[in-house]
Amino acid sequence: MSALDPLTTTAATTEETGAAAPSAPRVRRPGVLRRTLAARQAQVGLGVLVVVVLWAYLGPLFYPWTAQQSDVTAFGQPPSAQHWFGTNSIGQDIYAQTLAGLQKSLLIGFIAGPAASILAGIVGAVAGYLGGAWDRVLVWVIDLLLVIPSFFVLILLSPLFKQLSWVAMVAAIAAFGWMVMARVIRGQTMSLRERDFVKAARFMGVPTTTIIRRHILPNVASLLIIDATLGVGAAILTETTLSYFGFGVQAPQVSLGTLLAAGSSAAVTRPWLFVFPAGVLIITVLATSLLGDALRDAIDPTSGADRA
Amino acid sequence: MIGFVLRRFVNYVLLSAFATALGYVLASLTLNPAARFLGRNPPIPQASIDASLRQVGADPGVPVLTRLWDWSLHLLTTGSLGISARGTEVTADILAKAGTSLRLLVIGTVLGAVLGVAVGVWGAVRQYRLVDKVTGYGSFVVLATPTFVVAVLLMIGATQFNNAVGSQVITFTGEYSAGITGSTWDLLKDRLVHLLLPTITLTIFAVASYSRYQRSAMLDVLSADFIRTARAKGRGRASALIQHGVRVALIPMSTFFAYSFGLILTGASVTELVFSWNGMGQYLIDSISNNDINASAGTILFTSVLVLISGTLADVLYAALDPRVRI
Repeated sequence: MSALDPLTTTAATTEETGAAAPSAPRVRRPGVLRRTLAARQAQVGLGVLVVVVLWAYLGPLFYPWTAQQSDVTAFGQPPSAQHWFGTNSIGQDIYAQTLAGLQKSLLIGFIAGPAASILAGIVGAVAGYLGGAWDRVLVWVIDLLLVIPSFFVLILLSPLFKQLSWVAMVAAIAAFGWMVMARVIRGQTMSLRERDFVKAARFMGVPTTTIIRRHILPNVASLLIIDATLGVGAAILTETTLSYFGFGVQAPQVSLGTLLAAGSSAAVTRPWLFVFPAGVLIITVLATSLLGDALRDAIDPTSGADRA
Repeated sequence: MIGFVLRRFVNYVLLSAFATALGYVLASLTLNPAARFLGRNPPIPQASIDASLRQVGADPGVPVLTRLWDWSLHLLTTGSLGISARGTEVTADILAKAGTSLRLLVIGTVLGAVLGVAVGVWGAVRQYRLVDKVTGYGSFVVLATPTFVVAVLLMIGATQFNNAVGSQVITFTGEYSAGITGSTWDLLKDRLVHLLLPTITLTIFAVASYSRYQRSAMLDVLSADFIRTARAKGRGRASALIQHGVRVALIPMSTFFAYSFGLILTGASVTELVFSWNGMGQYLIDSISNNDINASAGTILFTSVLVLISGTLADVLYAALDPRVRI
């Protein structure tokens, strides 16, 4: 699920950044955005993502059916001019449902992914900057959360999602999606801490929170942006998997996961119930990971496109 | 090296213990074991509800931490995880189901790791060629797809294949055909056929993610000086790449194997559920719908022990590969 996490950078970088202190800190470069957008992969990813978001929110305005409505004259019909993606066994329009589910899934992804990155930034910066006991405790918490299989814990927490709402699920998904990036940020912060501008701020008596906010976080922002982009896709995948097994978004509401759950049993006889929502889901997540990967190539000179 | 592995092992044991304790507390907070007895007609007397709750160690009058302490003490002294909501021993239940999950997990992990490393190295050596692009974009697409979608698509494919052939060549529901009889060979063949689609599902994901990390690690190594030195000394390209390159590129991967095990575990549970295997994924879901605290915590213990084992193995691999650790 969170397979999109940039573990490449971790597996190699956690150790390396600690050791190769002086060269490691990456300063934001003005050309990053331009270079990112120059890559075709980024153009495709961003373009598709924008189209998907616009489609999810504007599409229903130009379509006669709503997600809950059921057409009593068309039960279980294949795609037609009237019902673009066909209908299910009680006559609900799959196109309208897919768009409604897409809205929910996008919302969950766009909240949980960046939220996890913000958490990663704060925990990583605090652990790396303060060092000592803080660092040991926080790293231990990170390791603890990494060994707990998050899918099982999310299932264990699912009674809460039913009582509260999908917002609780978003919080839980974010709570299990930040650990890897926090380790990377910690490594970066440890080397930033020794740089002159941070030292100068410290010796001038700038409070720790201000240093972290004004000097550390802006310097790791590029990593956090990559992580947030990739996190959107990862969160959507977690949500759909949870919802597929009935642990996520609950009945009156639709997400792509609940739609796929409803459609999968009839996937052989009525493929349109399954294939269209699955296709939309894959395209959405693929777009976020293409964009995130292109961002990483543009920001991190040791990864991807430009290296020997 | 032994010191390093031992230190890491002790760390993993502590982490697993905490993870299990956390699992027990979470289960106690979210699950309500009394729910099974409420709303019955005729109503069950409060005294007998209390008695059966006390029997499974879920007396709501006792604070959660005290219950956790009793449960852990019981586990350490007798090795028993307590009684499940259905009155069976949780330890015995888990031992019975673990085999199912482990079979899938071990095959999927080993196949995935070996193929993933091979594909990753191949892609790195042939960077920007057709192979690299195909495997690169292929793994992007796979990683953007939820596990259950791949599983369902494979099922559709198998059904159409069966229809085309005209007989049930590929069977995929459960671990074996219900009520099958015959020689040992027939039974084995039946199980292997049932194993086919779940294994493919799990392996596809493992290969997709391992190959991307392996490619990246391998690319870091390819331009390193020691490869050039090995070539300059007269080593052949293949032997330099494999004996010097792949070995070094595997070092960061060994860390990744440990971290990614949780993902494989998740993938395996999802695969089990889709293919109606009666393994640990199903057991956890049943225990949650039964409001069974002991069984849920037992599942978390099971998974943390697996993470403990895989983490230690990854460290042994790391120590074996990296000469700086081997003292």
